[in-house]
Amino acid sequence: MDVRVESLTKRYGAVTALDGVTQAFPSGALTVIVGPSGCGKTTLLRSLAGFVVPDGGRVWMGDRDVTGLPPQTRDCAMVFQNYALWPHMTVFENLAFGLRLRKVAAADIPGRVREALELVELDRVPGVEHRRPRELSGGQQQRVALARAVAVRPKVLLLDEPLSNLDAKVRHRVRVEIRALQRRTGITAIYVTHDQEEAMSIADVVVVMNSGRVAQAGRPEEVYARPADPFVAEFLGATNVLAATVDADGRIRPSHDSTLIVRAEDIGLTSPQTSPPAGSAWTDGEIVDVLFLGSGYRAYIRVGEDVVMADQRASLSKGPVRVVIPREKMFVFARAASALREPRPTESSTTP
Amino acid sequence: MSGAAVTGHATRAHGLAALAGRAALTALLFGIIVGPLAGLVVWSVAERWHWPALLPQDIGLKYWARITRGDLFGALSRGVTIAVMTTALALVTAIPVSYAAARKRLPLGPLVLMVFLLPQAFPQLPVFASAAVLFYRWNLAGTVPGVVLIHLVGGLVYAVWTMTAVFRAVGEELEEAAINLGASITRTFFRITLPLATPGIIASAILVFIYSLDEFTGTLLVGAPYVTTLPVYMYTASLGYEMQIASVTALVLMVPGVLLLVLMERYLRAEYLAFFGRL
Repeated sequence: MDVRVESLTKRYGAVTALDGVTQAFPSGALTVIVGPSGCGKTTLLRSLAGFVVPDGGRVWMGDRDVTGLPPQTRDCAMVFQNYALWPHMTVFENLAFGLRLRKVAAADIPGRVREALELVELDRVPGVEHRRPRELSGGQQQRVALARAVAVRPKVLLLDEPLSNLDAKVRHRVRVEIRALQRRTGITAIYVTHDQEEAMSIADVVVVMNSGRVAQAGRPEEVYARPADPFVAEFLGATNVLAATVDADGRIRPSHDSTLIVRAEDIGLTSPQTSPPAGSAWTDGEIVDVLFLGSGYRAYIRVGEDVVMADQRASLSKGPVRVVIPREKMFVFARAASALREPRPTESSTTP
Repeated sequence: MSGAAVTGHATRAHGLAALAGRAALTALLFGIIVGPLAGLVVWSVAERWHWPALLPQDIGLKYWARITRGDLFGALSRGVTIAVMTTALALVTAIPVSYAAARKRLPLGPLVLMVFLLPQAFPQLPVFASAAVLFYRWNLAGTVPGVVLIHLVGGLVYAVWTMTAVFRAVGEELEEAAINLGASITRTFFRITLPLATPGIIASAILVFIYSLDEFTGTLLVGAPYVTTLPVYMYTASLGYEMQIASVTALVLMVPGVLLLVLMERYLRAEYLAFFGRL
């Protein structure tokens, strides 16, 4: 089911959590809302669930306007950051709770519970149905939470930072499983995270939020390749942000009117005598330091007053060097536009 | 060799001094706690004890036998009845108030919590004395409902404040998870919130029960002379220099308190009390 929001606005006192958000979440796709803490992503998800009543704007589920409707009527199941499993109930009772509310016949409930546990691959844990949540590992608890949500066969699955309480190894495994489960069931899923790598790796559509607005939305490859503004470029891992512009002949020179952004892995280094290839921008600098990163080396290059980071496969020696950047890997933004998008410091405490 | 022996000697002397010190401290603590209790026990079995004898001349269970008949047992059962009623009323009142306060849905929540704390903030005697004046006007003086009401003044403080902490300890997202799956507010409260709060509610009920059972000032001011509970009975007995009766009463009064405290230890979590007085 298509989910849409139109000009959604929410203020908490002086803080604007949602500043006129208009965004569609396509049916059957996994949409990931990503952004730094306080960008409004959790408020957006909670207003889809109905826990946040917006000050303005509309929420649509399919062709139903659910803006004023209570959470109970929305047919979207949520997976919470800290699992929110009921500790006084067994896994079976946790899953059956929603099924009974949906008036599933008592005889069908064990089958539906089993089916949901199979979906999250918990059916292989012997006797899992009769255990209490605290007897399970973090990863298993998160799977039970997921099973509880999908057991009721909701139209929309909402996930609020579902992996942030898991350790790195389990996190990677569970995220692949969430992705597979979404693919298999074809459910419309909306997933909130602050981790851009997590977002990129599982999303069909990624929605980057900043200061209560959507900064950019699109396919992950698209957003990664063509960030709409300096915020998105930086948030998606661009390490070099320079006050600079590119001349017609490809030479990079300092400028206060524009911002040049480039990822460390996209920078090439040659000797100052080599002429730069056509279609690339270049400047000269001096390697001042080289760090070993494991998979390669990171060179710190002084260019004018800036220091540029460049990741290379081979080690380099300090000294003069030519910095070469392919034009398509480089983003240049006019300064005025970037100033508009700068995160407002007051918004850091928007979401709990 | 001899150096080591000297050191060993010094260590041993030091150890002995420390041991003696510790023994003295233990004895002191033991004396502070057990001393008065032992006095009570001795008094309770003293059938004849004339000064200056160190121990009673005649020892017997004559006064203990009074528990089983007449006024002492009456005072005990009346006190328990009042404590049960007070606890029930305190729970019924405090559960909704504390729940609303814990979820910040109580209009003027902090103010309401402060109001419940007020009777404890002032010296109890003037508070209860002025309440007693009102109770006389309303014909509640000397009645069980009157005593229950005066116990509620103090009991609600414990109930509301501990239970606000209890409900705060039940994560709000546990309720949201139920609502999200379609459960009504009422169903969510009775299926999720209340079961999870039950240990805390039991602890809170025990606190109120013990408070009511041991309450003296208000009971005396409002209940006397018709409603006598054990603390009042003990007070009257000791006024009449019936030390044996007073000692038996005190020992009897300790039993439910100790039992319930042991029980409460299972349910009470430090965070319920840590919240006390904080808004």
